Amino acid sequence: MAEGILCNRRPINTEEELQTLLADKSGKQYYAEMNELDVDTEKLEATLQKTLKSRLKTWLEICAHCGLCADSCFLYLANKKDPEQVPSYKIQSTLGEIVKRKGKVDNAFMQMVMDTAWSKCTCCNRCGMYCPFGIDMGIMFGYLRGLCFSQGFVPWEMKIGSGMHRIYRAQMDITTEDWVDTCEWMAEEYEEDWPGLCIPVDKENADIIYTVNAREPKHYPEDIAEAAILFHLAGENWTVPSEGWEETSLAMFAGDWEACKLQVESVYDAMHRLKPKRMVVTECGHAYRATVIEGPYWAGIKTGKTPIESFHYVEWVAEALRTGKLKIDPSKRIKEPVTYQDSCNYIRNAGLGDAAREIMSYIAEDFREMTPSREHNFCCGGGGGLNGVGRYREQRNIGLKIKRDQILATGAKLVISPCHNCWDAIRDLEEVYKVGIRWSFLKPLLIKMVEVPEHMKPED
Amino acid sequence: MYQLYQFVTGPIAWMSFGIFFIGVIVRAITYIKGLNWQADRVTYTVNVSYGISGALRSVFFWLIPFKTRSWRVNPGFTVLFFVFHIGLLVTPVLLQAHNILLKERWGISLWSMPDAMADVLTIAMLVAALFLTLRRIALPEVRILTNAYDYILMLIAVAPFITGFLASHNASCYDFWLILHIITGEIMLVAIPFTKLSHFVLFFCSRAQIGMDFGIKRGGMKGKGLAW
Ligand code: SF4
Ligand code: SF4
Ligand code: SF4
Repeated sequence: MAEGILCNRRPINTEEELQTLLADKSGKQYYAEMNELDVDTEKLEATLQKTLKSRLKTWLEICAHCGLCADSCFLYLANKKDPEQVPSYKIQSTLGEIVKRKGKVDNAFMQMVMDTAWSKCTCCNRCGMYCPFGIDMGIMFGYLRGLCFSQGFVPWEMKIGSGMHRIYRAQMDITTEDWVDTCEWMAEEYEEDWPGLCIPVDKENADIIYTVNAREPKHYPEDIAEAAILFHLAGENWTVPSEGWEETSLAMFAGDWEACKLQVESVYDAMHRLKPKRMVVTECGHAYRATVIEGPYWAGIKTGKTPIESFHYVEWVAEALRTGKLKIDPSKRIKEPVTYQDSCNYIRNAGLGDAAREIMSYIAEDFREMTPSREHNFCCGGGGGLNGVGRYREQRNIGLKIKRDQILATGAKLVISPCHNCWDAIRDLEEVYKVGIRWSFLKPLLIKMVEVPEHMKPED
Repeated sequence: MYQLYQFVTGPIAWMSFGIFFIGVIVRAITYIKGLNWQADRVTYTVNVSYGISGALRSVFFWLIPFKTRSWRVNPGFTVLFFVFHIGLLVTPVLLQAHNILLKERWGISLWSMPDAMADVLTIAMLVAALFLTLRRIALPEVRILTNAYDYILMLIAVAPFITGFLASHNASCYDFWLILHIITGEIMLVAIPFTKLSHFVLFFCSRAQIGMDFGIKRGGMKGKGLAW
């Protein structure tokens, strides 16, 4: 059965394979090889038989074809209500067909499936809230991505991403050494302004173990410093692990379940090793979803919970403000209208809507909700890995229109977005549509607003 | 004619009800047995109290018109949906003629409603069915999902109501319509476990499942329950 050198059914497991794939700029050769990739129909059928259980089977079977899910999907709305963007249609014409044909599908069909699974669904799970049966196309597309991955029909960036997790236990090529160095460097860099600031690595029995998104050490190391400053001001006994510090999972977006497991286990190992009381995750939506919500299942933990209790950053901030560990200087609260991007991954899919509102009540004088908001909010437009796939850039940009209009309707020019993916999408939407908005994580805003006790100020 | 009547209301009726009840139970059991905590990523047997409350909320919210946001933002569909389903489920159970028959044959009966009310429910249900069908044809987002199977199912569902209505209002061909009514009713009963009409029971299974998913895993233990 034909397989390519770059595009094949094998996941990336060595540094060398990873480098070769990376060297193929924007996946030119990779996608060319994909045209020749055979579908292993026997394997596909066997996988279906083993993994397609009653929940998904029933969803596919009982869908009443009522179309109530249509308007729930931002991609349907953004594409001028193109009927081919109706969630039910998207899943019936892909996964539904594969099941009907018992896996006997060809290359062209699988490429169509891949394009649908990654460019027409961000796995935001909104449609599941609007279907009378609770049919959740986001979950089914997640499953479908797994089938695609096992057959080698996966966007180039996604294959690289999952390979990164397999090799580095991070979505980017950051070694343990790089990570620890970055922490030390940031602590030194900011120590002058914040006397006593440190980033304790591998401290045992701390109250908090803090974990991040690999983009932070790679591209925005200040974010780590900001987290350290806020923990420092709040007087927290905290630490970061030298290994198992990465929370994100491009493997989840790629449908590489094996890599998903490897990744979250590295974090759980750190919990066992350092025995902290609880974990706090940085301002990232899918990272929290992967490691805290879905991860225990990949790792086979029967309680469905992480080894120690885990919190999203917004929960920690809400608690710190509530208990007075962090105090906001009333004169420095945000005066201008400001809105909040509810990330699907920790609001709709993890129930943290209240924590976000609580924070806003402390820091903003004119907080404007988007419509709809909270669990019903629309995806930013870049979720599920869509932000990162070059092949689907145009589709992604079209999808951003819904978030653009939602933001504009609030009248706010500042969007608080405690999710890396949403943050990126909103940055890109400003770049594409130039509507004059700004966007921010919580940390930099908090640092500007928070009261600093005398003894924590630098001596000058 | 009388023999035929005896036959369709005797052995065939027994068989249809048997297939219906057993079939529906089998569907529910197969569904539940096919759930898999790790594949579905829901700990069905741990955190049970969260699961139950999530499941109950999920079913309850959707059984009340306009209780969910989806019902509220689609008011027209919501009205059609509830009128159709209430007519479909309530009329046959509380119909006087059915209860008389039930008393005669099996010695049991329920409270029955006045015939005029049954007429109203039936007509309303048929009108709703008509509009649901027109909606299938008229709206592109529904049309693209629709296939012949959907129309056949609708026909199976409305046939006993059309024939029943004609039987009770058309004295001249009473026997003809009555027997057709009984046969179409039996077709519907038998079709339920084997077709999409199995949502008669799988609606509750599926709603309970997604409710447990949100109740146990997706925020139920931290938030105050999903605002459906
Ligand atoms: S709302 Fe549910 S039942 Fe209706 S078409 Fe969409 S997935 Fe199918
Ligand atoms: S999960 Fe989100 S993006 Fe995917 S089909 Fe449903 S609403 Fe659309
Ligand atoms: S990027 Fe943010 S809004 Fe978009 S799918 Fe992910 S969490 Fe949801």
